[in-house]
Amino acid sequence: MNRIGKFIVLDILKNKIILVYTLILAVLSWGVFSLEDNSTKGLLTLLNVVLLTVPLVSVIFSTIYIYNSSEFIELLLSQPIRRSKIWLSLFFGLSISLLLAFLIGAGIPILVYAPLDIGGMMLLVGIFITVVFVAIAFLSSIATRDKAKGIGIAILLWMFFALLFDGLILFMSFQFADYPIEKIMVVVTAFNPIDLARILILLHLDVSAMMGYTGAIFKDFFGNQVGIIAAFTILLLWVAVPFIISLRKFRRKDL
Amino acid sequence: MIEINNLSKHFSKLKVLNNVSLSCNQGECIALIGPNGCGKTTLIKCILGMVIPTEGTIKYKDILIEDTYEYRKYIGYMPQIGRYPDNMSIGQILDMIKEIRKTDMQLDDDLFYQFQLKDILFKKMRTLSGGTTQKVSATLAFLFNPEVLILDEPTAGLDPLASEILKEKIIAEKKKGKLILITSHLLSELDDLVTQIIFMQDGNVKFHKTVDELKTSTGEEKISKAIAHILKNNN
Repeated sequence: MNRIGKFIVLDILKNKIILVYTLILAVLSWGVFSLEDNSTKGLLTLLNVVLLTVPLVSVIFSTIYIYNSSEFIELLLSQPIRRSKIWLSLFFGLSISLLLAFLIGAGIPILVYAPLDIGGMMLLVGIFITVVFVAIAFLSSIATRDKAKGIGIAILLWMFFALLFDGLILFMSFQFADYPIEKIMVVVTAFNPIDLARILILLHLDVSAMMGYTGAIFKDFFGNQVGIIAAFTILLLWVAVPFIISLRKFRRKDL
Repeated sequence: MIEINNLSKHFSKLKVLNNVSLSCNQGECIALIGPNGCGKTTLIKCILGMVIPTEGTIKYKDILIEDTYEYRKYIGYMPQIGRYPDNMSIGQILDMIKEIRKTDMQLDDDLFYQFQLKDILFKKMRTLSGGTTQKVSATLAFLFNPEVLILDEPTAGLDPLASEILKEKIIAEKKKGKLILITSHLLSELDDLVTQIIFMQDGNVKFHKTVDELKTSTGEEKISKAIAHILKNNN
């Protein structure tokens, strides 16, 4: 890892918030698994908690951290360092620290209690969701110079993906219940990384029967190898696209 | 050494730099002067690549600076208001920059010792006074023995003792044949330093002359009086 990235990771790990985040994830995970006698039920509960907290912490912590690094960025810019390298180091630094927190906090109990295949899937999904929301944080913090506005955008995006999107989907499926919209639903899901992650896990837990006819379509699509690869490719795009847009803007930014 | 061609910078509607063309060569000590908001700092930031020009090009030793970042190795920059990460100490900042640069060049830590930063290495940047922050900025600017020094209001905020130390250091570097670019409002301070004057107004370069030319054309002995003379005649 490069030297700037190292400085950033060390700086973030000193931050108490990351420590508290790790602790909360650990308490939740160990708690859920020891309360539920069935590890599948435990995983389901944990899934909902993880899909709510991980994006929230990732996006807000990263946004605030990027804004607070403005001095650091300015200092580095007058040194012989490529602009894209500064931005990339910041991205990797934040991703690595938040991933470390997730893997220590939630990863260990998941590996201890859940069966390997589904536990591994859960970890992979958690990793992707963390990095996706770090990338979204980069986008929202480059969008405006105003810190309050930038954090506001980050919170709104989180609310949209974590809460609002499901409501919209529900509304749509009721409105168009008479039409064959199942296939469209699969496509629409791709526009929300959290939903994508949730479906990936639900299908693996074999609880998709609860999702009815749409569930069958999902299972048909996501259940096979191609579907899983497609889902992860889309998640990868969710990392790459926001970050690359932010990188291009950062290279033209006046400081 | 530094060639600036038809440089313009607009911040939305505001035109900060307007078709600026300049050329600065080794061994020169140039004062960049002009009223507040005339675009001095923006010009400097363009040279450093911190502000992206709307139009025009800047070349460092015949290489376009937008194509490279390596040239910043050879530039020491002291900002007008140094902004540093709040929770790092002076020592950590110096160590970090040294580690990132990782040069095997001989470091120039004269200022570090003369400003007695050694005794306050542990102090966090946010607790420092404006003057002490300036001392850190100056130390960083000179640390890597750069070929070009760009000093934005170097003595503003420094106590008389420190600003004397800094001035001596600038003169010493000038004697080594470096290109030095200074912006300042204290014209009296520039007398024994600079060899050339660039005067800017409203984003335009009004003139770029050597000090001798300026003095003979106005018949004044001091830079401050010569500038005042020109300003009066212009209006």
